[in-house]
Order: sequence, then structure tokens, then C-alpha cells
Amino acid sequence: MLQGINLACVRGDRELFRDINFSVEAGCLMQVSGPNGSGKTSLLRMLCGLSNPAAGEIRWCNTPVRSLEGEYFSDMTYIGHLSGTKDDLTVSENLRISSALAGVEISFSQAAEALAFIGLGGRDNLPVKVLSQGQRRRVALARLLVCKTTLWILDEPLVALDVAAVQLIKEVLERHLQQNGIVVMTTHQEIDITASSKMQLHLA
Amino acid sequence: MFIWIIKRDLLLAVRRQSDVLITLFFFIIVVSLFPLSVGPEMNLLRTMAPGVVWVAALLASMLSLGRMFSNDYLDGTLEQMLLSPQSLSILVLGKAFAHWIVSGVPLVLMAPVLGIQYDLPFDALLVLTGALLLGTPVLSLIGAIGAALTLGLRGGGVLVSLLVLPLYIPILIFGAGAVEANMAGIAFDAHLSLIGAFLLASLVFAPWAAAASLRVSLE
Repeated sequence: MLQGINLACVRGDRELFRDINFSVEAGCLMQVSGPNGSGKTSLLRMLCGLSNPAAGEIRWCNTPVRSLEGEYFSDMTYIGHLSGTKDDLTVSENLRISSALAGVEISFSQAAEALAFIGLGGRDNLPVKVLSQGQRRRVALARLLVCKTTLWILDEPLVALDVAAVQLIKEVLERHLQQNGIVVMTTHQEIDITASSKMQLHLA
Repeated sequence: MFIWIIKRDLLLAVRRQSDVLITLFFFIIVVSLFPLSVGPEMNLLRTMAPGVVWVAALLASMLSLGRMFSNDYLDGTLEQMLLSPQSLSILVLGKAFAHWIVSGVPLVLMAPVLGIQYDLPFDALLVLTGALLLGTPVLSLIGAIGAALTLGLRGGGVLVSLLVLPLYIPILIFGAGAVEANMAGIAFDAHLSLIGAFLLASLVFAPWAAAASLRVSLE
């Protein structure tokens, strides 16, 4: 479903990678690995359409992503390094607004349910600025519970999370993969996700 | 989506009232400084009133432009907006509209009160308010292009003034011109029509141009 063909990335004068090819099918987990500065984040930003590859093409269901635009975005959720939460808004406002922007309008009770699941129950009405780094991460990841997208692109989703939360995210990812979802993620943590098919993409 | 963006930005403005108040007080102080420094010469004050109020309005709306996208850029919400299935232009339009409500409407409401310091006659005050009401949304819309272009640049605040202020000149000329024409006893509706035309043109082109600039800035 998601295909990368001869992808290359250039930052300034430096070529980070080239001739990257992969094809990810439904129910597949692709882990992108590599040392710091090898272009993992650049690759993920390319895959979600925030930047254009220096060469090559990304295809979703055999159509170039660039010509799909909004249609692709409604199939895809990206969670990057930045949490994408507003400090001055409350936890549940943040979740409701960010999912509305992604095209899914949820009610306060749906938001409360998702937040309780991710371990933020009872903190719905706190402003995000009083939360810890790990809790902010949970707010960002709560979006995965309410969105109905097929493709999840996650850049270091486990950073700052505690052991219980890592386990929780692992279960969420496994359930998504069982339901024929696709996960593309980077992580430096050892995590063993069971999936019907797995891929490793190593950037040197 | 359009409604969500406006709701969100207004909610943020309510939570962080200092941003709104800074713009308004800047406007009030700049407009009030002139009568204090020039002295009570009624004729002189009446002549300079439209120009002073308009220049102050331009600078005040400039003041909050830097924040239009930069906060969202820094916390990653702008990335999410770019990945929204809805059109980015609509989103930019929503943000510009929220910017106008927060930094334009207070100026419009304050202008008649400030105009009294300049001994403007009643109908001139009405024309001034009407011209500001039509003209301030244009400032927010054109400003959105500048804010999107300078996003993430060092010293973006100064650069945005250099980019956007020249584009504000037509609005300044016709906005101040409407009030002057009214005080001179000639028809002022042509001036207002021209500002209206600028408003329509910028409603169509500015969101599109700002959306394209945002895509470039975030790449």
C-alpha cells in the first residue's frame, strides 16, 4: 500500500540517503533504524508529505502521494517530535481540537474515554503546561485512539514514556496492526511488537 | 474546520489576554501621544487625525503578526494543520479571521473614542470607524502572507514589517483619504469602495498565498 521508490534526501550539501526502496502492505510494521543524523526524521517527514524527496516518489495505493493531497491526509496520522499540543489549552480541549483538525470530531465523553485509557483519567481539565514531559507525550499519542486512519507514522513515540505507557502503546500498535493498519516508526528503545509481517529499514 | 480554528484561536486569546491588551494599549498610547505633543491647536489636530489613527492601527496590527503562526510552529500544531485533510487555505483564512477579531476589532471599537481627542466631528468619526472596519481585515490577511513567509527565520519580526508595511500603503492612503474627504465636504464613498475592493481581492488571494508560503517554510 505504501511504497517508496528510489527515495533520496539532501540537506544542504550533504546527501543523507539515496535509493531507498520499500513497499509496506496492510498489517505490516516498518521500523526505521539508524544512528543519529542518518535521516530518519527526514524520511518520515517525507513519507507524511511535509517535505518533498530530492529524488524518487512515494506512492499510496499505487498513486503518487503528491497528487492525492487531502485524500492521503485523511488516511494518515503523523506524530512527530513536537507534541502538537497547546500549553494554554486543557488536555481534553487539545485532544478534541487536534482530532477535529484531522477531520474527526469527537465529543467530550469520547475524549475523556480515550484519555482515561492512555492513563490521563481525571486530568482532562488541567492545562497542558502543568503536565510532565511523559504526560504531554501521552496527550499526543491519545490521538491514535480516536483517529480512524490506516497509516500511522510515528517519530520516536516512546520518548519520555514510562514502562507502563510503553506497554500500553505496544498494545495499541499491535491492535492497529491486527486490524490491517500500517505502522511506520522510529525508536531507539528495544520494543518487541508482534505483527504478522515486520520490516526493518536501516539508514546508514 | 474553519469554525474550529477560529474557536481555538479565540480560546487561546482568552487564556492569554496580555497579547490582546498589548495591541490595544499600544494603539491607544500612540494615538494619544500626538495631541499631547502637538498641543491644543484644533485645526492642526483635525487635519492630522485620520493619518495618525491609521498609522497607529497599521503598527498595532503589525505588532501581533509575528505570533500568528510562530507559536503553532514551535509547538508542532502547525505541522498537524498542514497534514489536515481540509484545505490549508481555509485554515489560513480562519487564522486571519481570528487575528482580526483579536487585534482588529478592538481598534475599530476604540477609534471613535480616540478620535474625540482630535476634535473630529461626529460624521467624520463614523467614516473613520467604517473605514477601519473595512480596512483592518485586509491588514490581517496581507499580514498572514508576511507572517507565513518569515516563519522560523531569525529576526523574522523586523523582516515581516519590511515586507508587509509597503503592501499596507494603499489601505493607508484610501483609509485616511476617506475621512479627509468627508471633512472637506466631498464624497468619500469611492475611497470606501476601493478599500472594499482590496478586502475582496485579499480574501481571495491572501489565504492561498499564505498557504503556499507555509508549505515552503515548513519543508
